[in-house]
Amino acid sequence: MRQFEPWQIAEVPGPKKALLIPKPDVAAALLKRSRRPLMIVGSEAVEELAADEPVLEYLIQISTAGGIPMAATMGAAGRLIGRGVKLAGYMPAMEIAERLRDGSWRGFDGEGPYDLAVFVGLPYYMGWLILSGLKHFAKGLITMSLDRFYQPHATWSLPNIPRDEWRKTVKALAEALEEG
Amino acid sequence: MKDGIRIKVGELKSQFGIVKGLELSIGEIIEEKWEEALGPTPFPSIADLREWDLKILERYKPFYMPFCDLCCLCTMGKCDLTGDKRGACGIDMAGQQSRIVLLACCIGAATHTSHARHLLEHLISKYGRAYPLDVGGLSVEVEAPITRLVCGIRPETLGDLEAVLDYVEEQIVHLLSATHTGQEGAYKDFESKVFHAGMIDHLAMEVADIAQISALGLPKAEPNPPLIEIGLGVVDQAKPVILVVGHNVPPAADIMDYMEELGLQDGIELCGICCTAHDLARYNPKAKIIGPISWQLRFIRSGVPDVIVIDEQCIRSDALVEAMKVKAPLIATSEKDCQGLPDRTRDPPDEVVRDLVEGNTPGVLILDPRKVGEVAVKTALKVAPKRMKFKAIPDVEELIEGAKRCRRCDDCRRSCPNDLDIPSAMARAAQGDVEGLAWLLDQCIGCARCERTCPVGLPIHSFMVKAAEKEIKEERYKIRAGRGAIQDVEIRNVGSPIVLGEIPGVIAFVGCANYPRGGVEVAEMADEFAMRRYIVTATGCAAMSMAMYKDEGGKTIYEKYPGGFDAGGVSNVGSCISNAHIAGAAIKIASIFAKRRLRANYEEIADYILNRVGAVGVAWGAMSQKAASIASGFWRLGIPVIVGPHGSKYRRMLLGRMEDEESWKVYDARTGDKVYVGPTPEHLFYAAETKDEAMVTIAKLCMRPNDTPRGRAIKLTHYIDLHRRLYGVMPDDVYLYVRTKADIPITIKDEVLRLLEEKGWRETVIPDPTLLPRLIRVQKG
Repeated sequence: MRQFEPWQIAEVPGPKKALLIPKPDVAAALLKRSRRPLMIVGSEAVEELAADEPVLEYLIQISTAGGIPMAATMGAAGRLIGRGVKLAGYMPAMEIAERLRDGSWRGFDGEGPYDLAVFVGLPYYMGWLILSGLKHFAKGLITMSLDRFYQPHATWSLPNIPRDEWRKTVKALAEALEEG
Repeated sequence: MKDGIRIKVGELKSQFGIVKGLELSIGEIIEEKWEEALGPTPFPSIADLREWDLKILERYKPFYMPFCDLCCLCTMGKCDLTGDKRGACGIDMAGQQSRIVLLACCIGAATHTSHARHLLEHLISKYGRAYPLDVGGLSVEVEAPITRLVCGIRPETLGDLEAVLDYVEEQIVHLLSATHTGQEGAYKDFESKVFHAGMIDHLAMEVADIAQISALGLPKAEPNPPLIEIGLGVVDQAKPVILVVGHNVPPAADIMDYMEELGLQDGIELCGICCTAHDLARYNPKAKIIGPISWQLRFIRSGVPDVIVIDEQCIRSDALVEAMKVKAPLIATSEKDCQGLPDRTRDPPDEVVRDLVEGNTPGVLILDPRKVGEVAVKTALKVAPKRMKFKAIPDVEELIEGAKRCRRCDDCRRSCPNDLDIPSAMARAAQGDVEGLAWLLDQCIGCARCERTCPVGLPIHSFMVKAAEKEIKEERYKIRAGRGAIQDVEIRNVGSPIVLGEIPGVIAFVGCANYPRGGVEVAEMADEFAMRRYIVTATGCAAMSMAMYKDEGGKTIYEKYPGGFDAGGVSNVGSCISNAHIAGAAIKIASIFAKRRLRANYEEIADYILNRVGAVGVAWGAMSQKAASIASGFWRLGIPVIVGPHGSKYRRMLLGRMEDEESWKVYDARTGDKVYVGPTPEHLFYAAETKDEAMVTIAKLCMRPNDTPRGRAIKLTHYIDLHRRLYGVMPDDVYLYVRTKADIPITIKDEVLRLLEEKGWRETVIPDPTLLPRLIRVQKG
């Protein structure tokens, strides 16, 4: 399997496909360049909590070091709140997506529209569809997928990578942002 | 009632010859027996309710999520529609997506309509046009609420239903034509047509179910119909076994009748999968239900069925291939699903039986249900001793050896709709531990895409079935047979508490079995809301899945709760087409309890339901185009629908914006003032990511502008309680749902008051809510 094929075999996107994030530094640069980024964490990132090195810890580091507010879908919010994670807000995935599509949405903090939305932890097919909705209808919004599966409807996506490598990648991204 | 002028001629001699049995129907006239005045929209055309649709769409805006960037529907394409691009025909991406939704809903509506037409033709040929409709005796005076509402007629006989189907078929043709290249292009108008397709679909479902309830003697609005056996373990394998799969019950009913004619009702096992199983069990409680649509492969491959009879809808397209693997003859019975088989309808039954038993043909097509009955029974009796339950399931040693050949390429997982970690389970199996594979079966939807993609051809689904063999054999549960309509007296009893909000909601679990994490989630949700004394109803595969789990006391949900349409009741209404009774119940609340005029008065009734009836549909495993059209029928009536995460693949949500105050204003019918009523209900169509999210949202979407303070307090209690239990915090949008302090649940009053203060909350009035200016009683100016 090539690293930039859709993870689910039949999910073929069309002519406009995500650019590959070749290494963590590239994602770090994109995040640093963004003026109003937002991270959206879905249910599957929370399910990672049982792992020895849960990706969620690195995501929190990314959020803190990069100044990227972390929002959660309703599928993830309960466990994040229970863990004491400070969330910018939480909503059903569909509601967040619909608001990101709308250039007049002022964001969770009321400060204005986001220019970059980082997604991680949605079920693959839900992520696929939401990112497609944003690709087609959210003008000016850059999207990034930090899942371990290639999401072709994002603007930028990690490739298909094994779980261990994924953890290392997300950890490296957190470190790159911490280094400034 | 619309009725034709009919001329019947027994025998006519003319210069052209002798004509016998001539029957002419000319035109249609409106019958005046029904005293209720005709409403504004009898037999509405595709644009007659457009204004209502656009009102709804102004509040619940579509959010489109294309599957891909392209349109591939004509020879000018493929066209790239990314960004602001338009296709060669001029369509944009929003138009294209709404067009696809309309196509899906037309397919769904056409499927129910075709089913209804075949069923009605069959019943009329057997019982006659004048056969009276009776869906509940004296308990059900409003026998066809959707037909009365949409068409403005009051059908009394099977023959009267033909006019309804004539209308339905005409509308589907118009709707489908709108999807042709160079016709409709505006997404809002496609969406209005989607609503129309849904309404038409509900009519077709109602026709089909009230016809079969009346003529075949299915339970007539019976709150406590018999308990039926359900599960893979309920079949007595020592007997010949006939399996029926699909949705159209006449062939299965005729198998049952033929068995009884021969005195074989205890000598053969007749069991079913999907909605034919529901309807067969409604026809005769001795029939057994195997399970939902996704149980097809596991049961066929088990080798238990000796003869497989398919009718229409939700049948695997490879049914014949799978039947051949276990050497079970297959009988196709519908011209809509012939499976490439020879038509043996006109051949003598014994010749057909001989060919099937001797293996001269793997299957046959028989389009006469009565003949199906005879052939299926005779074939089963002769084939069963020869087959010795030939299985397509490997033994454990084969499974382990197969697992050793697995390359861990991940293709199976990448093909699995639920991303099941099959490679890890195969690695364990290669070490002799098959528990991982057994565990996967619980979450498997039975599509077998894993097998098709496996580069070494491993029968992965069969491996899972083998690994879970012990659990499967113990699958024995009870489900209440489908009850059919809701009684008028039940509506009278619950109408007031529902409209006032004191019964916190009506939750309908409907649809297919494309679950993200197995059917247990449906059972858990239904149990939670029944325990909270919501009214819980179910149909189709969801009704089956709910039955397939037991509580600590060993009871299924149907044994645990009563079957009435009442607070804390759990009713199985029936098959997919029985969804019409759920919509019908909402309509009857408006007409029977609130005494709103029903006849051809669609907008007013839908407006009533949207603003007052706290009903929510949940299609956790929605898969098909039929599920899409069923949902759209509920949307037009103002009933929100929640789907599971796979439902996002319908590519379009209908979402409200809680912060958009203007969209939550209604008219107060008493004064004509526009009044803010909060986001009630917040969404019309919405895919939830997890079961927990769905449960919180179900409670939230039950709130309606008309709730009394006591009713709103009850609904808020459930919403807040579920939110706190599942998320650990108070919901931060409570202030949107509190209109006066009397709305606040008494047990958490101080906490809520603090929250309201933080949000700068202000008291509002509780109006007599409507979106229709014509219903304002005091016109201003």
